[in-house]
Amino acid sequence: MTTDGTMFSFRLYVAGDAQNSSRAIANLTALCRARLAGRHQIEIVDVFGHPERALMDGIVMTPTLMRLEPGPVRRLIGTLNATDDVVAALGIARSEG
Amino acid sequence: MNTAGASAADTTKSRTGIAGFDQMTGGGVPRGRTTLVIGGPGSGKTIFGLQFLAEGLRSGEPGIFVAFEEATDRIMANAASFGWGLEQVRPGEVFFLDAQPTADLVQLGDFDLGGMIATLDAKATEMGASRIVFDALDIVLALLPDAASKRREVYRLHEWLLGRGLTGIITAKSDSDDSGTVSGGPLGFMQFMVDCAVTLNHSVVLGVSQRDLRVLKFRSSPFDENESPFLIGATGIEVAAARNLGRMDAQVTNERVSSGVKRLDTMLGGGYYRGASVLITGFPGTAKTTLSGAFAEAACLRGEKTMFVSIDSDGSEVVRNLSSVGIHLDRFLKTGLLQMVSARSITGSAETFLVRIKTHARAQGARCLVIDPVSTLFKSGNELTARNVAERLIDWSKAEGITLVCTSLLDEMASQQEGGSPLQISTLADTWIHLNYLVQAGERNRGMSIIKSRGTAHSNQVRELILSDKGVTLADIYTAGGEVLMGTLRWEKESAERVAKEVDEVARTLKMVRLDAEEAELGVRVKSLQVELEAKQVERALLVRTNKTRKAELSGGRSRMRELRGGDATQPVAAS
Repeated sequence: MTTDGTMFSFRLYVAGDAQNSSRAIANLTALCRARLAGRHQIEIVDVFGHPERALMDGIVMTPTLMRLEPGPVRRLIGTLNATDDVVAALGIARSEG
Repeated sequence: MNTAGASAADTTKSRTGIAGFDQMTGGGVPRGRTTLVIGGPGSGKTIFGLQFLAEGLRSGEPGIFVAFEEATDRIMANAASFGWGLEQVRPGEVFFLDAQPTADLVQLGDFDLGGMIATLDAKATEMGASRIVFDALDIVLALLPDAASKRREVYRLHEWLLGRGLTGIITAKSDSDDSGTVSGGPLGFMQFMVDCAVTLNHSVVLGVSQRDLRVLKFRSSPFDENESPFLIGATGIEVAAARNLGRMDAQVTNERVSSGVKRLDTMLGGGYYRGASVLITGFPGTAKTTLSGAFAEAACLRGEKTMFVSIDSDGSEVVRNLSSVGIHLDRFLKTGLLQMVSARSITGSAETFLVRIKTHARAQGARCLVIDPVSTLFKSGNELTARNVAERLIDWSKAEGITLVCTSLLDEMASQQEGGSPLQISTLADTWIHLNYLVQAGERNRGMSIIKSRGTAHSNQVRELILSDKGVTLADIYTAGGEVLMGTLRWEKESAERVAKEVDEVARTLKMVRLDAEEAELGVRVKSLQVELEAKQVERALLVRTNKTRKAELSGGRSRMRELRGGDATQPVAAS
């Protein structure tokens, strides 16, 4: 269980302005603003712009969210629209937020 | 086989390097298009894709392999066993992308394959790739929430492939074991979309594994529509393609090769034709193996590479057994001229057998081939394919110019008549020699006859086949009173004839002597008569002479008397 003050670091791979990618960005930022205000950073990588990075991270499906911190790295794919499930998958404690 | 020719020039196709498949399709999969390979688990889809890339490597076409199901190192290890050299490629020749969804992957909501396509697009540009394989695409499609998004992603991928002009192979598992009928779901949709679709089927028929490949569709190209058996051999997939349309006829020669039995060669008008297929049928123990062994020995003596495939018994057993009848094969085994292949070690269907035989023969460069017996093997396999296999065996040996001698066991129960040759090879074989037993006077003797021999005048006589430690010989048989005599009876007949001949000889000599004596006797008689005649003639001549003398004496005497008397000369001579 994470405690207050834990930094969350995310990398979100998106495919240009594809609909599900845009939705994922929106969902993630909304979630972070609501639950992890002030203690998160999000890096958004467009696979079309940086295919070599996608290759390095083994990105097949987009959007893919990588939780880099806290470790271990966890991957989520999809639009991240079911907020409760996303919160559980990312290991954000209910009490936080 | 002539795999080049018309197919190589076809620029609309990409060779797969899969023996047989390139022939079936007239050159490979459609170039710049997508081919779907569907099959059940373990049907050889991944190997199909890997072989396609390996062929690209040979012809200088870089390729990409996208693995959805297995880790790439496992796939590499798998490929290494086929010796294609995929495991030691330089980066930039073949690229393996590990696209396996990780176990801890959490999926929340809709997604697409944009990430993969973006990375592949960059990679393809960097490498100048022209071939790409997506192995087990169904794995990633299964993650998509609904049919519509599945279709969307397949469409996206296909569009990208077409746009880049990549020759693609997508493999996918069929929904059921009964492949080729995946009408519903994303696979069904894919079948309509792609330019070429191939199904791989792995089934078990009567306990024998059987793999089949079928080309379902191939846009704008003719193709072999039949299901063709295939094998995953030491060098990858080998499809047993039936004769394709463009195949050249086998080269026909008038050259004769010895059967190994002198008199049999004479009966055949010089021996078998080079490249002919010879069938020797007979019941167990009628010396089929011996006859084929004699052929193998003769071939080795000519210095020709020979392969002896023994199915019933072990190779060394055959060599030992044959040495008891004066056929010594062991010396050729040592020099490598002869190769014994025990087919006991070849398991599987008739198809497997054929491919193995081809591989062995090709590796050795065999010019003569013996399969003993061909019938046993086909019994264990799928009866339906057996005839097909037999046909292709003969077809192949002819194309390669290999002289083929097959023995075939006739079913002891079924056919006492000669017609029931299994697999109907008899109709395909050029020469058919039948061996049978003749039971007579408490003996079994081996009879041999030539039932047919295409293109040769051949003897229609049944001969007796005699095996001795000096070798195999043929003997005339006797027909007496409509009965065929063999073995001891023949020997008896022969010896009786010999005795009769001797008696006859003696009688004639005797008569000659008698005649000589008579002639001599007559000669003597003629001589004595001659002498007698001469004596008579002398006697007669003597008589004539004495008569003359007497007359002269008498007349002379009278004149003297007259003189003495002083008589008148004019005195009449009435008294005289």
